Amino acid sequence: MNFPILSVITFLPFIAGVIILMMPAARKNETRAVALATATIDLLLSGWVYLQYLLGDMTGYQFLEQYNWLPQLGITLFFGVDGMSAPLVLLTGIVMFTGVLISWGDDDPHVMSGIQDRPREFFAFLFLLAGGVFGVFVSLDLFMLFFFYEIAVFPMYLLIAIWGWVKTREYAAMKLTLYLFIGSVVALVGALAMYWVQYQNTGVLSFNMLDMETAGFSTAFQNLWFLPVFLGFAVLGGIWPFHNWSPDGHVAAPTAVSMFHAGVLMKLGAFAALRVGVMLLPEGAKTWAPLIMGFAGVAVVYGAYIAFVQTDLKYMIGFSSVSHMGLVVLGVSTLNETGLVGAGVQMFSHGVMTALFFAVTGMIYDRAHTRMIPELGGMAKIMPFAAIGFIIGGLVSMGMPGFSGFVAEFPIFMGVWREQWLVAVISSISIVITAAYIMMNIRKVFFSPLPENLEGHVGDVTVLDKVAIVTLCLFMIAIGLFPSVMVPMVSTGVENIMRLLGGA
Amino acid sequence: MFTPITFASILPEILILALGLLILIFEPFWKEDQRRNAGWLTAGGLLVTMIVSLLFGRPGEPTATLGGMIRFDWLGFFLKMLFMFAGAATALLLMDHEKAGKRGEAYLLLLASLLGMNLMAVSSDLVMLYLAIETASIPLYILSGFLLNDERSTEAGFKYLLFGTVASTVMLYGFSLVYGFSGTTDLVEIAAMFTSSNLSPLLGFGVLVLILVGLGFKVSAVPFHFWAPDVYQGAPTPVAGYLSTASKAAGFAVVLRLFFIAFPDFSEVWMPILALLAAISMTVGNLLALPQTNIKRLLAFSSISHAGYALIGVVAFSELGATSVVFYLAAYIATNLLAFGIVMAFSRITGLEEITDYAGLSRRNPLLALMMLAAFLSLAGMPPFGGFVAKVFVFAAGVEANFVWLVIVGILNSIIGVYYYLNVLKYVYLYRMPGEDEEQHPVPLTRPYTIALVMLVVGVVLIGTVFAPWFGWSSDGVFVLFN
Repeated sequence: MNFPILSVITFLPFIAGVIILMMPAARKNETRAVALATATIDLLLSGWVYLQYLLGDMTGYQFLEQYNWLPQLGITLFFGVDGMSAPLVLLTGIVMFTGVLISWGDDDPHVMSGIQDRPREFFAFLFLLAGGVFGVFVSLDLFMLFFFYEIAVFPMYLLIAIWGWVKTREYAAMKLTLYLFIGSVVALVGALAMYWVQYQNTGVLSFNMLDMETAGFSTAFQNLWFLPVFLGFAVLGGIWPFHNWSPDGHVAAPTAVSMFHAGVLMKLGAFAALRVGVMLLPEGAKTWAPLIMGFAGVAVVYGAYIAFVQTDLKYMIGFSSVSHMGLVVLGVSTLNETGLVGAGVQMFSHGVMTALFFAVTGMIYDRAHTRMIPELGGMAKIMPFAAIGFIIGGLVSMGMPGFSGFVAEFPIFMGVWREQWLVAVISSISIVITAAYIMMNIRKVFFSPLPENLEGHVGDVTVLDKVAIVTLCLFMIAIGLFPSVMVPMVSTGVENIMRLLGGA
Repeated sequence: MFTPITFASILPEILILALGLLILIFEPFWKEDQRRNAGWLTAGGLLVTMIVSLLFGRPGEPTATLGGMIRFDWLGFFLKMLFMFAGAATALLLMDHEKAGKRGEAYLLLLASLLGMNLMAVSSDLVMLYLAIETASIPLYILSGFLLNDERSTEAGFKYLLFGTVASTVMLYGFSLVYGFSGTTDLVEIAAMFTSSNLSPLLGFGVLVLILVGLGFKVSAVPFHFWAPDVYQGAPTPVAGYLSTASKAAGFAVVLRLFFIAFPDFSEVWMPILALLAAISMTVGNLLALPQTNIKRLLAFSSISHAGYALIGVVAFSELGATSVVFYLAAYIATNLLAFGIVMAFSRITGLEEITDYAGLSRRNPLLALMMLAAFLSLAGMPPFGGFVAKVFVFAAGVEANFVWLVIVGILNSIIGVYYYLNVLKYVYLYRMPGEDEEQHPVPLTRPYTIALVMLVVGVVLIGTVFAPWFGWSSDGVFVLFN
């Protein structure tokens, strides 16, 4: 019996959350220390899984663990990672680690960055969320996937409503929760229908997704249920026209939650849409791919354009996330190998990049008490570390060669070109718009003269913040310079999807 | 006639009766301030009863005992365990009720109605069934109106009595018609005589509707729900919790046994009726819960909608459907008792029951707030709490039986549910007490509350995560309905 590493990764945050809840409320620093220790362990373990997969033979599902959970209905606790999910597990580890670092903050009464109000509850809910996210990425059982998916959704409500931005938090939190809940229950009906049709076809009650791949769903059935299942999950991926909750949610959320939300949760939606929608209903995917591609194309350009006209830094990043997640869905909708590989890498790249953006924005807001771009300036002198981090993030976002964004976006556009060159041309406009707003904002926020009212009381970021920035930047540069640490791995995951799509 | 198996089949009831007598004997000797100890006695006694029944009263092969009045099977046994658990929790929650907790009669009445519910779960004869239902109901009429100087409580008791007697009379008329058409009161024999070949569907429809009036009242399904909000609001809170959980579950026990064993031949007739009841119960319950400002009324409407969800499993009329109903009941009993327990613990200190009064609770008592989170998220159907798995099973049974439209109605409703449950949590976690420092207004829990609430939270989480044993017991139970 091997060490059950995926179970440990998934359940450790839950256990740590319970332990944190049992600590006395006044012990804030001890609470944070426990949280940081947990996050570090999870990061190391997920890094270990990633390396093992990378250095091993890189085929199929590995680290398999299967326990009977409810044999009468064929529900098993079935964990495993493939080339598609291993990077996402690592991504979750990274965001969890940096998120805890950022939330530690500075309790200097002039700064009050991070989480100073009830950190105990904050970390407990954050870890509940993290555990749910890990669970979705590693689950190979449809029931458990839903179970963890829902666990990942509801803590968001509390995290945003309690610790969020006072002006919009109630509205944004409720909007987000309802959107995601509606999406997930619609997908749930589709999943139950798949479950029963599989039972009729094979006579075996099983939620095991590897069994469902071979259940032989009829084309009519796939065409009927693909859209509800795919779109139901893709709501969380911020797919246009159901993206509306996402910028509001990003803006209202506290920094660490924005990082989690944009960095990991949106990947959750795209990943589940891919795994359940495309992989289990491939014929339906082929039928509806043009529609999905259309939606994604609109999201890419429209998201970038809306981001361009924002004056609030967080809204800008929120809409740029819609645009970049649109690229992921665009890659998925090509249903060819190039596009899917791009989508896989983009999920990781965007996750790290947007986490970095939100982290830096949070640091600026905590100190300058404004996020309005026209009111900011000269931050490069005050917080050089944050400035460099933001610039690197910006370069990734623009798709500069040498950074992970290029490795991801280039194959996506190639893949789209093969299917429909017009979409590729139109959506590549977004690259120009992205470059424009990123560079304009970098100039204004970091290099224009410091406004008078900010002079004097805005200080530098803490050491922990710097550690977080460095960690995030390292991953983006590493993948940009050495694509071979991720691309071949994602390719193996894509091969599996191509097999299900019938080698098209 | 009195073989060991006869005793085994009614062992819990015998012990409950003995427990009631014990309270009756001891209570007068206790001083005023000692009388709340009757709650310890009741809860402890029920716990002992559960253990003794588990050791000596387990059913083997399904058998009819006491001249065919009672079926001794796993379905009844599992449900009895649930009822006794609910009874024990209710007794603990009653203990520190200011007006009811120090009066031994409250516990005695609780036990009497528990006795009736236990018999409801096992009755296999129309006469026995009716007696059991009345035994369960009459003590609850009294308990609802237990607070003599409280107008709301008196109103609640009276309202419940009036609605209850009318509903049960109509049901009794239905029973008498069944007897008239089939010539027997035994449920199994009815199934053979009361068939669509002997009887026109229209006549069967009429009889079933009459019976459904009584049962719909018990499970508080729309349109027989009008009593619920007023009674829940007026009755002592632990009694309201008991009404909304054990009493409702007992109603479902009867629905399962009656419709699955006695009237399977008319399933074509009652499936659409129940499907309709389920759909409107969910919708009306949830929509009317939206504007509520009183937490007990909110829970009342939510409990109406939960009757609707559980009915989906009955409508499916399959083994999975019945299993999912029993599972749903288990999850729901633990969850809703927890919710009412929290309301009780809160209003005992503050005397307040409006939703807005819960502002700042997470700072006044973090543990209580966390338990409230568990209860309300479970009601909303979120994992890792019991409500999620229960809902998924019920919906799965619905999809299997091709009632996809009903499942979609259920899903739309659970979205409405998420909205108003989260709204309550918003007060608990987000808002502050206006102009007050929360640290100055703690909400301490007394020992019985801590025990009862922690027990219930653990139950809710266990049902929601390690669901295999619960599902196993439920499915062992409903096995008898199909074989």
